[in-house]
Amino acid sequence: MKFEGNAHRYGRDIDTDVIIPARYLTTTVPEELAKHCLEDLDPSFASKVEPGDILVAEENFGCGSSREHAPISIKAAGVSVVIAKSFARIFYRNSINIGLPIMECAEAVDGIKTGDRVAVDADTGTIKNLTTGEEFHAQPFPPFIQEIIEYGGLIPRTKAKLAKEQQAS
Amino acid sequence: MSRPMTIAEKILAAHAGLDEVVPGQLIECDLDLVLSNDVTAPIAIDECRKITDRVWDPDRVVMVPDHYTPAKDIKSAELSKRVRDFVREQGISHYWEVGKVGIEHALLPEQGVCVPGDLIIGADSHTCTYGALGCFSTGVGSTDAGVGLATGRAWFKVPESIKFEIDGELAPGVSGKDVILHIIGMIGVDGALYKAMEFTGSTIRSMSMDGRMTISNMAIEAGGKAGLIEVDDVTRAYVDPRKERDYVEYHSDPDAVYAAVYHIDATQIEPTVALPHLPSNTRPARACRDIDIDQVVIGSCTNGRIEDMRAAAEVLKGRTVDPRVRCIIIPATQQIERQCIEEGLTQIFLDANCAVSTPTCGPCLGGHMGCLAHGERAVTTTNRNFVGRMGDPTSEVILANPVVAAASAVAGHVALPEDLD
Repeated sequence: MKFEGNAHRYGRDIDTDVIIPARYLTTTVPEELAKHCLEDLDPSFASKVEPGDILVAEENFGCGSSREHAPISIKAAGVSVVIAKSFARIFYRNSINIGLPIMECAEAVDGIKTGDRVAVDADTGTIKNLTTGEEFHAQPFPPFIQEIIEYGGLIPRTKAKLAKEQQAS
Repeated sequence: MSRPMTIAEKILAAHAGLDEVVPGQLIECDLDLVLSNDVTAPIAIDECRKITDRVWDPDRVVMVPDHYTPAKDIKSAELSKRVRDFVREQGISHYWEVGKVGIEHALLPEQGVCVPGDLIIGADSHTCTYGALGCFSTGVGSTDAGVGLATGRAWFKVPESIKFEIDGELAPGVSGKDVILHIIGMIGVDGALYKAMEFTGSTIRSMSMDGRMTISNMAIEAGGKAGLIEVDDVTRAYVDPRKERDYVEYHSDPDAVYAAVYHIDATQIEPTVALPHLPSNTRPARACRDIDIDQVVIGSCTNGRIEDMRAAAEVLKGRTVDPRVRCIIIPATQQIERQCIEEGLTQIFLDANCAVSTPTCGPCLGGHMGCLAHGERAVTTTNRNFVGRMGDPTSEVILANPVVAAASAVAGHVALPEDLD
């Protein structure tokens, strides 16, 4: 998977309450959630984000609540990939499970500013800042996680696995 | 003879059908319970339906409408209805309607639904609470929960464990909340990221289950995957009269390997608050007396249990809430609410001009029952003080134990009982 977009860079400990405040959790419609993505951190985010844009943040992105509405809102807002120094573990799982690409790469985060044009090759883990010309390499996912990503999320992977088990028996 | 293991490793190994596991290993496990609530279940149900028409085991699925209930508006009523319809269709036994329902992480232990040794996933981050009973229980999102509903299985990366050895007697007015805030202040909000926290030592061993659950509950606020406490006589005395199932006890081997071991002198822990906007932003409560407040909330899955109610009542007895402050008290379950009435605590709360609510998560997440307006500030016994957590993004939340919260309600600012007349 290859992505290219403008970077939106934020700090550390971006929690799921600011990604999608609880006042909007009475809906499960992705497009509705997208309208309020990151609202309490940056009220202008939802209006300025464009399809393919890249979210960049420091440590512990997505900490707090388990609400899957958070990665759903980011994905539905058009963000192609989230690059952070580290992710909170529930957010990490949720992103992989719903097919929102995420990458851990501290050097890239330090080397990207808001507004930079960034190209990402998720298969090789290559992150290129087209504005500065700098190139970074993210840690590859373990094969098991890679498999979920290749299926497009946990649901298709589970369905395929169950079908295979049924066929075998 | 398998390698020495921690409680977390033993529970995960047993549920993966393996003799041993090592940190970092990716495994697939059989689950004992799959939990979700009125916010997360609707998505989990939709994901489950993509796989199957029937849940894996209607007796091992737990659905608790607690976040926006009693329904705060039409949209939240629709969420609860989606859960209720699914529960009826599938014959799910662990469901409690308004009038019986409580906050999930107080309700499940109280009703004996979770027992030591269980492996539990819950589509709610505070699912780690059951670690206090010796369960490996962890928060997940709705898709993990949906696959759990369909298959009774989940994938895990075996976490490293961190041990917190807490010894010594806690000072009066200091409780489990202060212990866990102290730890989060020490290691930070990602200090236990991806790791299982294990709490041990004489302080823990002499602590009640209510206090232990407060500690395990906030493991997630340090990024922890679980917050485990070894089963002992206190656990057995709590679990045995209420357990739905027989259970297995897992104890860490003496030579088990930990990523880190922290020794904490409990006698040095003071009543602690966490100032906006991170639970790690801790200070001694005595150093924050100049902070005025508009609201106090005493309740939640962190501090809404009977001991918390008793501690608050002791401070509020014969006193009244400062006229500038709204004090909202929310017993976490119907049983706790009943106990508050029987023990005369509710009378004390009403006499002190507190609002006493039916069980709900409500204000903790800025849902309902006491959201904050522009620029307002609250002292609460809840678990998160992120930007906008309880309402307007300019409002502020200060986390505290029930004694400090009650004293602050009376004083109109952050306070200790000794500050009151």
